[in-house]
Amino acid sequence: MRTAVQTQFQYRTANYAYLLGMIAEPVIYLVVWQTVAGSQGGAVEGITAGQFAAYYIVWTLVRNMNIVFTPYGWEDRIRNGLLSGMLVRPVHPIHYDLAFFAGWKFVAIVLWLPIAAVLVLIFRPTFDVNALEAGVFLIAIWGAYLIRSMLLWVLGMVTFWTTRVSALYDLYFTAELLLSGRLLPLALLPAWAATVADVLPFKYTFGYPIEVLAGDLSTAELFIGLGLQAVWIGVGALLVAVVWRFGVRRYSAVGN
Amino acid sequence: MAAQLKSGRAAGRSRPPTWLGSGRRLRLAGTFLKIGALNELQYRVNFFLSLVQSVVAVSTALVVLALVFWHTDSLGGWSSDELLVIMGVYVLMGGLIRSVIQPNMQQLMTDVEEGTLDYILTKPEDAQLLISVRRFQIWQAVDVFVGLALVAVALVRLSDPLNVSSVLAFAVALVLGALDIYCFWLILTTGAFYPTWLRIGFTFLVPLGFAVTVPASALTGRLSGWLLLGALGFTAALMAFTRWFWRRGLKNYSGASA
Repeated sequence: MRTAVQTQFQYRTANYAYLLGMIAEPVIYLVVWQTVAGSQGGAVEGITAGQFAAYYIVWTLVRNMNIVFTPYGWEDRIRNGLLSGMLVRPVHPIHYDLAFFAGWKFVAIVLWLPIAAVLVLIFRPTFDVNALEAGVFLIAIWGAYLIRSMLLWVLGMVTFWTTRVSALYDLYFTAELLLSGRLLPLALLPAWAATVADVLPFKYTFGYPIEVLAGDLSTAELFIGLGLQAVWIGVGALLVAVVWRFGVRRYSAVGN
Repeated sequence: MAAQLKSGRAAGRSRPPTWLGSGRRLRLAGTFLKIGALNELQYRVNFFLSLVQSVVAVSTALVVLALVFWHTDSLGGWSSDELLVIMGVYVLMGGLIRSVIQPNMQQLMTDVEEGTLDYILTKPEDAQLLISVRRFQIWQAVDVFVGLALVAVALVRLSDPLNVSSVLAFAVALVLGALDIYCFWLILTTGAFYPTWLRIGFTFLVPLGFAVTVPASALTGRLSGWLLLGALGFTAALMAFTRWFWRRGLKNYSGASA
């Protein structure tokens, strides 16, 4: 993890350009919803322009926490035999990815602070945060990180069986976009879609951590959310273990 | 090799500055695009993959549009059907970028890195024309038709009587927009001859917004003649600048064997 911090700090400019590019996405959503709020007399489903701003500014941090090893990277790992090197190490290879990206997070957070400050000045968010919410948030973003890491690991491991995976990934990321709270606060979904989102893990990687800080969840909701995150971490770990066990048998190294 | 290149470039400078005007060159571009298409036709499965990805992307966008307009009737003065026109043009332009512009620019970047651009520079034809028409990923062009279909559906739903002049303005604005995007991509790619910071930034968002909204405005009756004329002037200036920038970039290029 220390090596990741040091490696990434070397590329300050590249990291910054990357962060700035990423800001475009939430800013577009934010401007759209603030416009809608404006035309609907100040609020959509009870969410005001200031609350939208708070939602999408927290979004940028949660999104940073959410960047994990991409499933698209698996094809490269398998085809070029990079996995062979990881297999001979004494620990399960997921530990390497988890530590590497976790280290990067610290760099991302430091670089994120000034961007957040600028966004706050431009979009005037309304925040109402107490110490409990802040504490739960700090745990929830790491929960989100673990859940998304493991889900995308499982998705990426499909590459063990076939390399024609782009359509599958597209479907997955579309579902995630719509049902996680990434595109819009889940309160804005039609009721049936919100119910679907409740039973899927996506919500615990975007919507839940964001609403801990930006929304106004009751104490019970805060802790139930953390509990469900723990459940999904367990499910994710189980899936990673099972799929890995079967997948790695299909792997035969290239380039011996 | 270096001497050859120098003389080649000197000859290039003496040519007339525009390369679109010549019928022979258009025919040459057509031949290149045909070869590129034939090359891609070998890989038919890619057609279905492109189709699936296109369908997923468009349905996602439609759902997003529906979600937003579930909460409001108009967004910044645009109705949902008018925004559907914008979306159609956006998809169309995306298809154009991925089928022609991006593959060619990627090839150019590879050639600069590996020094194989030498082979283009020694050919007795304008290098900018040659590097712009070498590749054609025909399956990605699926999006061009998907985009047109979206525009057609939106127009039927809008049920405003269309007149010939707005359709013409749409076509003109579409061509101008495509040229703008081409210019910005070439500038960004040629910028690779220069330090990287020059390429960083989201300059491409500006032409994309411009290239999409102007044609869409033409169809929804928001485009004045003056704006179209302005777009024409802007595109002409941009093309001249791109031409100049490309030549400056070439001067910075030293071949693989140098």
